[in-house]
Amino acid sequence: MSGESDKLLNQTFQHLGLTFISLFLAVAIGLPLGIFIARKRKLSGSVLAVAGVLQTIPSIALLGFMIPILGIGAKPAIVALLIYALLPIIRNTYTGIVGISTEVKEAAIAMGMSKMQVLFKVELPLAMPVILAGVRTATVINVGVATLASYIAAGGLGEFIFGGISLNNTNMILAGAIPAALLAIILDAILAAIQKMNVKKFRKTLYIFPILFLVLGGFYLLPKAYGSSLTAGFTPEFMGRQDGDLGLKSVYGLKIHTIVISDAVMYQAAYEKELDIISGYSTDGRLKAFKLTILKDDKGIFPPYYAAPIIREASLKKFPELEGVLNLLAGKITDSIMTDLNYRTDYLHQTPERVAKDFLIGCGLYKSAKGGKKSVIRIGSKIFGEQYILAEMYRMLILGNTDYEVATKTGLGGTKICFDALMNDQIDFYPEYTGTGLLVLLKPDPKVSKKMAHDRDSTYQYVSRQFSQKFNIKWLKPIGFNNSYALMMRQKQSKDLDVNSITTLQQYLDKN
Amino acid sequence: MIKLEKVSKSFHNIPAVKAVSFEVKEGENLILLGTSGCGKTTTLKMINRLIAPDHGTITVNGKDIEQENPELLRRGIGYVMQNNGLFPHYTVGENIAIVPQLLKWDRKKTLDRTKALMAKLHLSDEYINLFPHELSGGQQQRVGLARALVADPAVLLMDEPFGALDNVTRASIRKEFKALEELKRKTIVMVTHDIQEAFELADRICLMDKGEIIQIGTPKSLLYQPASDFVVKFMESERRSLEFRVTTLNDLWHHLPVKNSANATVVNSDLSVWDALNCFRSVGQEIAFSTDEIQEQKSLNINDLTVAFNHYHMQYLHE
Repeated sequence: MSGESDKLLNQTFQHLGLTFISLFLAVAIGLPLGIFIARKRKLSGSVLAVAGVLQTIPSIALLGFMIPILGIGAKPAIVALLIYALLPIIRNTYTGIVGISTEVKEAAIAMGMSKMQVLFKVELPLAMPVILAGVRTATVINVGVATLASYIAAGGLGEFIFGGISLNNTNMILAGAIPAALLAIILDAILAAIQKMNVKKFRKTLYIFPILFLVLGGFYLLPKAYGSSLTAGFTPEFMGRQDGDLGLKSVYGLKIHTIVISDAVMYQAAYEKELDIISGYSTDGRLKAFKLTILKDDKGIFPPYYAAPIIREASLKKFPELEGVLNLLAGKITDSIMTDLNYRTDYLHQTPERVAKDFLIGCGLYKSAKGGKKSVIRIGSKIFGEQYILAEMYRMLILGNTDYEVATKTGLGGTKICFDALMNDQIDFYPEYTGTGLLVLLKPDPKVSKKMAHDRDSTYQYVSRQFSQKFNIKWLKPIGFNNSYALMMRQKQSKDLDVNSITTLQQYLDKN
Repeated sequence: MIKLEKVSKSFHNIPAVKAVSFEVKEGENLILLGTSGCGKTTTLKMINRLIAPDHGTITVNGKDIEQENPELLRRGIGYVMQNNGLFPHYTVGENIAIVPQLLKWDRKKTLDRTKALMAKLHLSDEYINLFPHELSGGQQQRVGLARALVADPAVLLMDEPFGALDNVTRASIRKEFKALEELKRKTIVMVTHDIQEAFELADRICLMDKGEIIQIGTPKSLLYQPASDFVVKFMESERRSLEFRVTTLNDLWHHLPVKNSANATVVNSDLSVWDALNCFRSVGQEIAFSTDEIQEQKSLNINDLTVAFNHYHMQYLHE
């Protein structure tokens, strides 16, 4: 438990650090720019428009853009946060200065003040409440957006939040979300208080700001726990799982410098040598695309993850023909077929629809849609390529073999969201993995899970039985492939270092 | 002291000031008078380089202002504005001390001068730590005046200094202004659109219209030797009261009956007819004055005054 609270403290500091380093830079850039466009008003339109456009880029997309340029980690996160903080600061500096009465400015000039004196003695102090309001907005935005920094291995409270979402662990989500919300509220209140302070008292306080920002920013630079010759990038989900980082530590005794990163960018980061070891999925198409190799799990800590559709028993009664149709796919897709299908969507950028159709035609299962108008079956999927493809296949099979209509709700962000949607009758079925069902959704006694974790059939039977009893949800027949966790590294590096299993990796790390 | 030669200025190709030339002597109070948009404020602001002229030269104290550092020039010229232009984030004391600070006076000298000036301008000591918004409009305007006067500049530029005040406050501040010792030695250029104000305060008036000077001269000469119909028309509606303002009791001496009553209030012979009329509180009341040359006193009531003024006026017009 103390480990977790250390982690929380550490993440909070990282979060503060990210927020304030970027805020400091945003003020350092935004303030002079705001002053500049207040002088050259003709430029104000275009500068504010550009800052406005930058602001509208979705945060995850912006983080994604940064990776090819700045890699992963703190740098791209800080730049992205800086970009979000820029608009309110530039705009408020501009508005604040332009809003000062022309008489006061004229008086300042007529008294014989130089341009710099007018700026520092009159314009900035008078515009300060407005500028501070901008800094306040930027701070709150940054505390929020900084949670996403964990996607690109920059740390922060997002590690808990996204870890919690993938692990179906509400406490973990709250452990990240509550401190993040509190940070936003507290910082906002502090800045609001400063904003309302008497302008006069405030003149001296002003200098505290840059120092404060730098000190808070410095939290981020606190020394990291330990270094090692190789760097691993694990997803937030992997970090918190017994069959993930925890197992690597306890079973293999693996000590490696680890950063937390989103699986969306992990493979590319490994390819670009930002990372050496990543926690991938064994059927992921990017394995092929980025020339990665799987390290053998010689002590067997990763349980099997056989995919099968799970469906509400109520839906099975409602749509009697459905079970047969969904089982058409049972046993049809092996690991290598799935990797190939994933490769086509992830790397060749073919649409999931096309990949699904090609496959169904290839094994003679495709029938054109009957165009029936009975009732609607709702298919869910998680937010990664493989699930999109499976959802498409099921859609085509249902349309081709029954008179039902289909609504797909794809891209549900993580196991918890998907499963909650199923429990709350928002969707009828979605493809789930036996290992996830066991370890994330059922969470049995560790002894129970350990006993059957490595046996495909006993896991399947256990989850089938338990889901039926506990949730009234039925596991249909497995599709065939096993999408388990796997540690991966670049093929070339694996050869160079002669590391091909987790044990040899651990031995290599101990030596270097 | 101040000299403008063929000074012109256009804004966006629309001429605002057209080849204006005039001279202000040391200690003189010149008033730029005219309707809105006549170019008077532009002319004023060119003197301390708030606006740069397109053509012509301006010299202050014999030096071409173009050749001077604008900041140093402005520190030597007091400037009073219509809406006072006080810094809202500075206290009264700090506002007044702006120029001394720029001139790097020591703290004590600044404070002594600030306090002395505030006393002269009837601003109580306790205002020194208040912020401008805590004062009345009249008090703010006095602070604005103090700020302009603090470094004792030889030249003072005033842009509608009483323009934002209500009539009552305005009249009383104007009176104080006239009486202020501090201002007597100064060369003042002041802008106003208020004819009464111009006639009350000016040594000379420069009447402007559409960027040009129509007539420049003493109030009396504008009234009695108008250069054009424009000048006559400009003053027409207020002619009678202006005549009251430019005529002093001294001027009327010969038209007043010889009379001396014991209970008359003694007044100064420099008093304008306008001010003398204001002295009468009731119809029966009498005032008395003596001229400088003859040690003799004449007393008069309101009737005597109007009769004498009419005689004087008829004679003046026929001269």
